[in-house]
Amino acid sequence: MTQGAVPLIDYSVILPVAICFIFGAGLLMMRKSIRWHPLIALPGLVLLFLADLTLLYRVATQGTVTMMMGGWLPPFGIAFTADLMGALFLAASGFAALCCGIYAVASISKVERRYGFFPLFFIMMGGVSGSFITGDVFNLYVWFEVFLIGSFGLLILGSRHEQLDGATKYCFLNLVGTTFFLIATGYLYGIFGTLNMADIAQKAAETDKTAMLFTLAALYFVSFAMKAAAFPLNFWLPASYHTPRFVVSALFAGLLTKVGIYAAIRINLMLFPPERAELSAVFAWVAALTMLVGGLGALAQTDLRRLLNYVVIAGIGTMFVALAMPVPDGDAVPSSLSVGLSGTIFYALHSIVVMTALYLAAGVAAHLTGTSSLREMGGLWRSNPLFAAVMLILLFAVSGLPPFSGFWPKVALVRASISGDLPWLAAMVLVSGFLLTIASARVFALGFWRPLPPIAAADRKVEPGGVVEEKFLAAGPDRALSAIPLFALTAFVIAAGVWPQWLFDLTDGAAAGIVDPSGYISSVFGDAP
Amino acid sequence: MRTIIFRFTAPYLTSLMVLFSIFVLLRGHNEPGGGFIGGLIAASAFAIYGIACGVAPVRRALHFHPMAIAAAGLMLAVLSGVLSLLIGVEFLTGLWAFPTFLGTEVALSTPLFFDIGVYLVVVGAISSIALALEETETD
Amino acid sequence: MEIALCFVVAALFAVTVYLILSKHIIRMLLGVVLLGNSVNLLIFTNGRIQSIVPPIIPEGLEVPGEMIANPLPQALILTAIVISFSFFAFLLVLSYRAFQDLDTDDTDEMRIAEPEDEGLPPLGY
Repeated sequence: MTQGAVPLIDYSVILPVAICFIFGAGLLMMRKSIRWHPLIALPGLVLLFLADLTLLYRVATQGTVTMMMGGWLPPFGIAFTADLMGALFLAASGFAALCCGIYAVASISKVERRYGFFPLFFIMMGGVSGSFITGDVFNLYVWFEVFLIGSFGLLILGSRHEQLDGATKYCFLNLVGTTFFLIATGYLYGIFGTLNMADIAQKAAETDKTAMLFTLAALYFVSFAMKAAAFPLNFWLPASYHTPRFVVSALFAGLLTKVGIYAAIRINLMLFPPERAELSAVFAWVAALTMLVGGLGALAQTDLRRLLNYVVIAGIGTMFVALAMPVPDGDAVPSSLSVGLSGTIFYALHSIVVMTALYLAAGVAAHLTGTSSLREMGGLWRSNPLFAAVMLILLFAVSGLPPFSGFWPKVALVRASISGDLPWLAAMVLVSGFLLTIASARVFALGFWRPLPPIAAADRKVEPGGVVEEKFLAAGPDRALSAIPLFALTAFVIAAGVWPQWLFDLTDGAAAGIVDPSGYISSVFGDAP
Repeated sequence: MRTIIFRFTAPYLTSLMVLFSIFVLLRGHNEPGGGFIGGLIAASAFAIYGIACGVAPVRRALHFHPMAIAAAGLMLAVLSGVLSLLIGVEFLTGLWAFPTFLGTEVALSTPLFFDIGVYLVVVGAISSIALALEETETD
Repeated sequence: MEIALCFVVAALFAVTVYLILSKHIIRMLLGVVLLGNSVNLLIFTNGRIQSIVPPIIPEGLEVPGEMIANPLPQALILTAIVISFSFFAFLLVLSYRAFQDLDTDDTDEMRIAEPEDEGLPPLGY
């Protein structure tokens, strides 16, 4: 907790949220002059990313930082606490948002700008950033709702029929999911009389009301599984994520499900570790089935974006693996948990970047060929070799093949599963990776490698390179605007794959901070407890 | 709904309700009231005006688009929090000033501006939804 | 008092679950409204009902003079009411638009985003 004068760098705790809302509100006020929207939004996103990086630097060098809203003392005021895990998620989300922002400049039409694409974008980012740094359970609920409101707006932008269809399902399911969160939070307040995470972590370690805490942990798990689209609560995701604009899909796939993962790690693992250990068998089954459903679902899809929806789900299952590590009786924290958690956080960062990049690349592919169906796609290797190479790297990364960023976290997760006495879960990670490899190979072989299919050419609606339907308007006339974000995201994928150690150093620290929250607690309450 | 009595009284009712909403907003710090409830009262005032006289006169009377009003409120609320950062204390810390206007001491504070921001957000958001629903009714 | 409220919460949740299980959007909407209200009542009950004196410190005092009601659940509920109200308004408009465009409020017939007759993906070159 900071007291008295606040050091300048500690302001970075609040900056990501403040920047998002200042720019969101400012853009909303300028409804008439939509021509200026991108020119203001892009510097805003750059600022947001810089603020995220500053916070990450501050947290990585000097440890967890807390700011109490309004100067109220903990545990009564709302705390914003940025630890290493939150800061890492925040930086990755800022990076993905910046790339999507650049991509959106060309791909979002005037009409959609007038309906408020950029303001909604900032409001959603504000909600996502707030979720990653808040230290108060009820406040986390509020941020969930804030980014849901933003995402609802983005999802129906354009109002085509399938968007309304997908949005209806997305909205109802997510609303019910967050209401579960609220129910659990109501009980949490009834048990502890506090909502501050650090305070709860202390009190939960001392309490003997284990039966009530078990119910609570299960309720939280259901709500976060719903948000993260884990099996069997995943059906809203394939129904909706392929309906909006490509760039909106990219944002959603990159960020929103990861907020569910983040919250599950934060609440289930940090606040209720014994109850999490009790539930670990359930987590293991959920993780395994989610990976399997994602892999098999990806194999069954024809549409490129619907295929990617299932790839997202498979990734979610992989991230749940760390939560499934059992704790042997009477043991302190097993090493499998911290190794697995480090792998999960790494995988989540990788997934934020690579899923965003894949949906953006799908947008470019759809723009170049005029279709997003694998039946009609083809010939991209011949016409755009550089773009095809980028796509190949991204597909390798998402299937977990070396030397790209998806490989190392999977190694960590497999190692953790084996040392945690769950060899079948390790096998499942590999099987899901295998299924994704087949699906990725199919995408590349059909969409890129083979020549343009002759049957499709007959009833093709647009000639390749000709005028494109509005819903596939991806790259726009300006090709640099879609190339820069793709190259930036791919650069991260390569960097994290070839030199993984710097990222592993960070995620190891983040995992240690979650497994042993004493640093988190002392950051909120000061050093003397 | 457009009876002559209603149409005649609605402007007076609206102006009274808006006045009352500002009263509720300003007494909010120490007594029951505040930005949210005041904003609801004002938004329902505009909704009544819309029911009585149609949506177009309300939009004309508001001058700004309701969403722009909500955005201005959001901006005001965030800026009132950022102000405390500039002074060097934690975000959203209340700052107070007691200047004297015409012989009366006026309590100005960042919580007041935050509350005005909430008021504007509620007025803008609720009246934009209400007006949109009233518009589809008349179509 | 808390016991009685527990039963009310249980009854509200039962009705909610019944309504949300329906396949018609309009019933699900009513269920969502009830869901919000039952959660609010649940938070209120969880804050313990000890007094009905409003939590306002009288003029000239530093602390409340007598036993007051717990203000925090009220603040939480106020926030939750605002959120559930705005979500309900949004869902209402969305459902109405979906009904106009898709011509149905039966979720079984809403298959535009995921068409049923889509065959297998191409299995080879």
